[in-house]
Amino acid sequence: MQTVRIGAGQGFYGDSVDGALDVARRGGVQYICFDALAELTLAILQKDRFRDPAAGFARDLPAFMRALLPICRERGIRLITNAGGINPVAAAAAVRAVARELGMDDLRVAVVVGDDITSRVDELRAAGAALANLDTGESLDAVRSRIVFGVAYLGCAPVVQALSLGADVVITGRVADASLFVAPMVHELGWALDDWDRLAAGVVLGHLMECSAQSTGGNFSGDWWNVPDLDRAGYPVCEMRQDGTALLTKPAETGGRVSFDTVKEQLLYEVLDPRAYLNPDVVADFTTVQLRDASPDVVEISGVRGRARPESLKAILGYLDGYAGTIAIGYSWPDAVQKARRSAELIARMVERSGLQPLETVTELVGVDSTHGSAAPVPDDPNEVVLRISARFATEAEAKRFPRIATPLGLNGPPFIGGGVAPQGARALLGVWPSLLPRSLVEPGVEVSVEEAVAV
Amino acid sequence: MSVRIALRDVAQARSGDKGDLANVAVFAPTDALYAAFLRELTAERVRAHFGRFVRGAVDRYEVPNVRALNFVLHQALDGGAARSLRSDPLGKSYGSLILRLEIEVSDEELAGVEVGRRAPR
Repeated sequence: MQTVRIGAGQGFYGDSVDGALDVARRGGVQYICFDALAELTLAILQKDRFRDPAAGFARDLPAFMRALLPICRERGIRLITNAGGINPVAAAAAVRAVARELGMDDLRVAVVVGDDITSRVDELRAAGAALANLDTGESLDAVRSRIVFGVAYLGCAPVVQALSLGADVVITGRVADASLFVAPMVHELGWALDDWDRLAAGVVLGHLMECSAQSTGGNFSGDWWNVPDLDRAGYPVCEMRQDGTALLTKPAETGGRVSFDTVKEQLLYEVLDPRAYLNPDVVADFTTVQLRDASPDVVEISGVRGRARPESLKAILGYLDGYAGTIAIGYSWPDAVQKARRSAELIARMVERSGLQPLETVTELVGVDSTHGSAAPVPDDPNEVVLRISARFATEAEAKRFPRIATPLGLNGPPFIGGGVAPQGARALLGVWPSLLPRSLVEPGVEVSVEEAVAV
Repeated sequence: MSVRIALRDVAQARSGDKGDLANVAVFAPTDALYAAFLRELTAERVRAHFGRFVRGAVDRYEVPNVRALNFVLHQALDGGAARSLRSDPLGKSYGSLILRLEIEVSDEELAGVEVGRRAPR
């Protein structure tokens, strides 16, 4: 039966290139797909583009390409990445520049555009897309004036088109994570774009691979202490068969573990209704997925069922939501908890006298309640506690001033500080607004172009 | 006979974020214990357990093919990771938070389950 082997090269913006190199060297793959975009990443890239209109793509993309192109070129491995972020055209230009440096003048780089709706918000609303909040139903009017970016999640079709045009590297913006992986399956195995069960199988595999080692032993909640060599965790590699069954594994001589228990955790990661996992290409039913330990570090995936793709595309908009200032002070034993609490009371009074107007405040005792809140028992007399107070302000100036008001507590407050009270910088806060868009308002504007590193 | 056990001693869990929503999946090791999870782990219990972290509703979904319950927590990430003031903006630790829950199970439901594996001290 016809198969295609695909590897995962990246799970987030900032990931190491070592996992992708192991996949290229020892994964036996034809394609490597890179998911560089999370909701938070789009917010970060927007900040970059705000400062420099030529920015807005993952800054480490050229470094990834410099490391990977020589071996991938030699072995005919094609690369697909959404690291184009909110500026895929500039990203593709940067990749072509790297190719020229490496003497690969005929490297074919494709770029997919049309997902960016930042400048189209009013036009889309006039055309009948309300862009109400998908979670709360709230009208976009609440945040319209503060919107700084918007993207629609595209499916696999434009990437499939780029592969048909002979692209060696495909650069996209917000193509849905899993659809990056579905594209080479469709291209190689000839799946129809309404073959819902096979597409759903592709989405399941893509979903299992998009977060690098989270399906191969990373973040594993079982006997994590027995998982070997996570310093060199093997990134996922799949062998997808024409019939929609697949094997999931990792390259030889890498760390990590691929088993029913490691894979099942990732199956439900960031999933809402498992019977209806929404992707631009298909609605996948994750309750039909059968996982089976086939051999050591190989899991077989079968049985996946899907239904017709959603009528609408998901879109997310980012809006400015003030600035955060943060105070952190460490207290040592004895009575670290009591000292931190007293310090929090003192800071509250100092804030009141300062005239600062926090819109909201979160107070945490790191070491006591920052991760589990009220469900965690307060330890009797811990060795140390970090008081962390983060507050949101309307202005950046207030957010910068906030941590400074606490610095006198280094000398004037409760005793035995560890870690100091050096003020940290302010952080711009971005709200994420999930919404839906009719396909007819997005898909006609999606364009694919392929250019060689040195234009012919 | 029934015994009280902490999920930490028998279950796996993982959490993830989607805007201001968090999901928390909790996995049972056997079919019999999964039946106990279905009985004991209600959306209401989970909502109460998460306390002030969750300002919206909690939905529960059954995923029998991997013996899991998937809880979707609404308005649970302080507005979402990019605007959260918390030190765990993505709710990565919610998976461990659910493992603090304790449930009543029968001896039959516990049969064949390894209870209380721990990292070497």
